[in-house]
Amino acid sequence: MSNMNSYEAVTSRSNEILKKALGMDYSKLESGGIAFDYEKMMSETGYSFEEIIRIQREAGVGNTPLLELKNLTALIRKISPKGKGARIFVKDEQCNPSGSFKDRRASISAYHAEKNGYKGIVAATSGNYGAAVASQAAKRNLKCIIVQECYDSKKIGQPEILEKQRKCECLGAEVVQLSVGPELHYAFLRILEETGYFNASLYSTFGISGVETLGYEIAMQCRERFGKDPDYVIATHAGGGNLTGTARGLIRAGATGTKIYGASVDLTGLHMASDIDFNRKSFTTGHTGFGVPYATDPDHSDVPRSAARALRYMDNYLIVQQGEVFYITEALSILEGMERGPAGNTSLTAAFALAQELDEDQIIVVQETEYTGAGKHPLAQLSFAESMGIELKFGDPKLDKPGVNIIFPEHPSQIKATYFDMNRLKHSYIKNAVKHVNATKATKEDVKFLMEETKMDKDFVLRVLEELNIEII
Amino acid sequence: MSVKKGTWVQIRNIVLKPEERTSKIPDETKKTPLYMWVKGYLNSEGNIGEMAEVITVTGRKMTGILEEVNPAYTYGFGENYVPELLKIDEGLREIMSGGNKNE
Repeated sequence: MSNMNSYEAVTSRSNEILKKALGMDYSKLESGGIAFDYEKMMSETGYSFEEIIRIQREAGVGNTPLLELKNLTALIRKISPKGKGARIFVKDEQCNPSGSFKDRRASISAYHAEKNGYKGIVAATSGNYGAAVASQAAKRNLKCIIVQECYDSKKIGQPEILEKQRKCECLGAEVVQLSVGPELHYAFLRILEETGYFNASLYSTFGISGVETLGYEIAMQCRERFGKDPDYVIATHAGGGNLTGTARGLIRAGATGTKIYGASVDLTGLHMASDIDFNRKSFTTGHTGFGVPYATDPDHSDVPRSAARALRYMDNYLIVQQGEVFYITEALSILEGMERGPAGNTSLTAAFALAQELDEDQIIVVQETEYTGAGKHPLAQLSFAESMGIELKFGDPKLDKPGVNIIFPEHPSQIKATYFDMNRLKHSYIKNAVKHVNATKATKEDVKFLMEETKMDKDFVLRVLEELNIEII
Repeated sequence: MSVKKGTWVQIRNIVLKPEERTSKIPDETKKTPLYMWVKGYLNSEGNIGEMAEVITVTGRKMTGILEEVNPAYTYGFGENYVPELLKIDEGLREIMSGGNKNE
């Protein structure tokens, strides 16, 4: 019995457990090579877009306001060359029942779980998604377990994660808290197996199709107010679902001219599985520690094939520093009277930087906010950082060292986005896609798939495959 | 301290011992066990620091070392105020009340 539950035994039957817990057979999507049928997978929910909207309305999700940040735009124009300074709008997703856009993701999973007779749902998340699943489970009379990476080995936890634990528990969920480590997946699989509950994965088709309504609403709201689509939509990027779902919704609405940018906080140098680094970062998500690996290797999540595939849609990837995001979070409070975040404020910071480069008639939409309060407010985060020995100072934020210091800009003109090298990401993605199936050959179908996955031409894909010694057949 | 059956408590157990952990993690993590904390109603009278069984809100039976009784949420807005945020506010107000760069 104990052998059956060993780490090796449980992880080796991962696919079988996940298949039962999602009611979806991923093997039929596989080509046998590098390619798999992404669009077929996305239609596997069995729900039309109209049904998804109906499910969300029924659960009080979506249809959030699009607010103009006039004072922030005015500030940008004060520090930009004449004629520059795009208008910034924000989709106030904190208006969802549990306080973030994650309700869109959870609503479809909870509906599907109830409809298919599952007694409960489980999700592995330390973020807002836990509260969203707990909230939607409550509405659907489902039991709910949230599995969190929460503490270091000394039981010290970031206030932001502790607040998410509280919220899940206050919404009626059982929260299983773990110390640092990727073996969380093992504990998660054991719970799925033991309970027979539905896996409300962040990366399932249900989760991502639920975010499509967000992009769709943005296009509709912009057309109604300005008679045009937004020029740019910026999404905070971590696991890729936020950006993927939003982009798909924009495309569904026909807003194909809108540029989709991802934004993450730079946490270079901090190891995501380190018991020491865990509490030395002031952002628990929306950072490069998730953003880069999930963009370049989407299929290492808790489902066999992730529906969150950011490189299919991302036009640019903007990197901002911790000190810059705290500065903009403060500006949002002081200049707009809105306490939000931290999540959406990463993309807002990137928007603040990008707007300085764009003409005044351009429109940037920051596609989310989240509720804030105890644990999540900058006061809580920064006070905790100081207690962990992180130095707070003013200066050039680009010179910071994540885990050692946080540098606030002395002037907002110092807030500039760094453009991540997209070709490097795409190169790395192809390498991982090949490795995922241990491919030595690539068919025409594989090449076409990789072109779609990377938004690149045939020459680029063939060149990378050649470098990897993959034979084209 | 003796704790009555039915009390809301938090227990801790070990999911993986250091030697059972994956090799794909940094040394500082690998030398610690993977811990799990859960909350539930104590299933029989128990003592802090000793093994106990709880029933969670979803009805699962779990065992582990009894750590806390009626565990509270103790975080808030930080143990110390962060005056740097006031300095950011002042700077922003100053710029907003001043003229444009190109005027």
